[in-house]
Amino acid sequence: MSAGTLVAWLKKPGDSVKRGDIIAEVETDKAAIEVEIFTSGVIEKLLVQPGEKVPVGTVLAIIREEGKAVEPGRLRISPSAKQLAAELGVDPASVRGTGPDGAISRADIEAVARRARDKGLETIGEEPVRPLAPSPAPLAPAAETAAKRQARMRQAIAAAMARSKREIPHYYLSTTIDMGRAMAWLSEKNRKRPIQSRLLYGVLLIKAVAVALREVPELNAVWKGNQAVQSQAIHVGVAISLRQGGLVAPALHDTDRQSLDQLMTNFLDLVKRARAGSLRSSELSDPTITVTSLGEQGVETVFGVIYPPQVALVGFGKMMDRPWVAEGKIVPRPIMTATLSADHRVSDGHRGGLFLAAVDRLLQDPSQL
Amino acid sequence: MTPNLTTDEIKSLILRILGEIAPEADLASIKPDISFRDQLDIDSVDFLNFAIALHEELRVEIPEADYPKLATLNGCIEYLTAQRQTSQR
Repeated sequence: MSAGTLVAWLKKPGDSVKRGDIIAEVETDKAAIEVEIFTSGVIEKLLVQPGEKVPVGTVLAIIREEGKAVEPGRLRISPSAKQLAAELGVDPASVRGTGPDGAISRADIEAVARRARDKGLETIGEEPVRPLAPSPAPLAPAAETAAKRQARMRQAIAAAMARSKREIPHYYLSTTIDMGRAMAWLSEKNRKRPIQSRLLYGVLLIKAVAVALREVPELNAVWKGNQAVQSQAIHVGVAISLRQGGLVAPALHDTDRQSLDQLMTNFLDLVKRARAGSLRSSELSDPTITVTSLGEQGVETVFGVIYPPQVALVGFGKMMDRPWVAEGKIVPRPIMTATLSADHRVSDGHRGGLFLAAVDRLLQDPSQL
Repeated sequence: MTPNLTTDEIKSLILRILGEIAPEADLASIKPDISFRDQLDIDSVDFLNFAIALHEELRVEIPEADYPKLATLNGCIEYLTAQRQTSQR
């Protein structure tokens, strides 16, 4: 995702807003998203008009923080650019913004970081975001046909996947997991619950991946500016197929810290909103790893393509009753294959193997999850 | 409990719920003895939402172990009719 078209403002100058509020709707190549804010205050100025297409990281509005007067010389920087500055070690105060009213964009931060590095060093990370340019002829999202939107999404997926295969040296590991204990535990848990509170086994898989990442944190990272930047938080992106075709992989924030019940509620909500086209901006930008499950399509093993700038993807295949040797006897067990696709610039097979072993171990005792 | 429903009314209800879950589905062409999953693009989340909607509309209990009985249109009608009769006793 490199650009988006502002569809509508949900707030106007003078409105009070608080952290987490949705203030605008944006149409991107991959999905319609809701733009949330990360600070409380008062909307001072809207900088982009509905219909304008702008690069990711463009400052959309100025928000005056609560209790603070307007400061003429104050830095104007988007949360996304601020985060990037922290990741790349750039002091925003030293950056001259090229956006409206001198606002600092991701492109400005990247430009400074690039200049600071050795000249001629190839940037392998995310494609640089261009500075805010005079807006092109505005698109009218509502007038676009579903087919056009689908074609744009396909193009976005094509660009990301081609870049992934071009830049990321993938390696693949797989392991076979006996899901018998996990399914028995889940069945017992669900037996006592009303239908609205039952858990899907997919939630166990997501949580197992998140908890296993604590043991192999280098897989929970993004590749930025020619190096891996480990994320402190674990935000698992879950691949969700869309009804009109295509897919998105929005984040379940702080996945490892959510209970299974919270995860289930949030997962159902995420699927619903993904298919309704109302994901939030942070959900699309924050995943630190992706989980995809194609078992329901009958797939036995998934060899996934890593979604840049992430450095790993975990795939789960179909659960099938298979002959399995347990305590010296051949018994039928529900078996599933878990596969890790990982970036060899960032991790090695040994660490990847430890990660898959941790996923397996956690699924043998789901009460730990 | 909703009033007594005929088989056709239960069938209409099932198809309406399916239509809400998978709006792109051609419900008129559903084959009654073939699994929904083999005819429609639905996944486990859709199926759970389907079962929850049936439970809420018809006020019948649907244990997880019985989910396979909801796999086809005819299976659904048969199961839900039986569950409603059991609940009314």
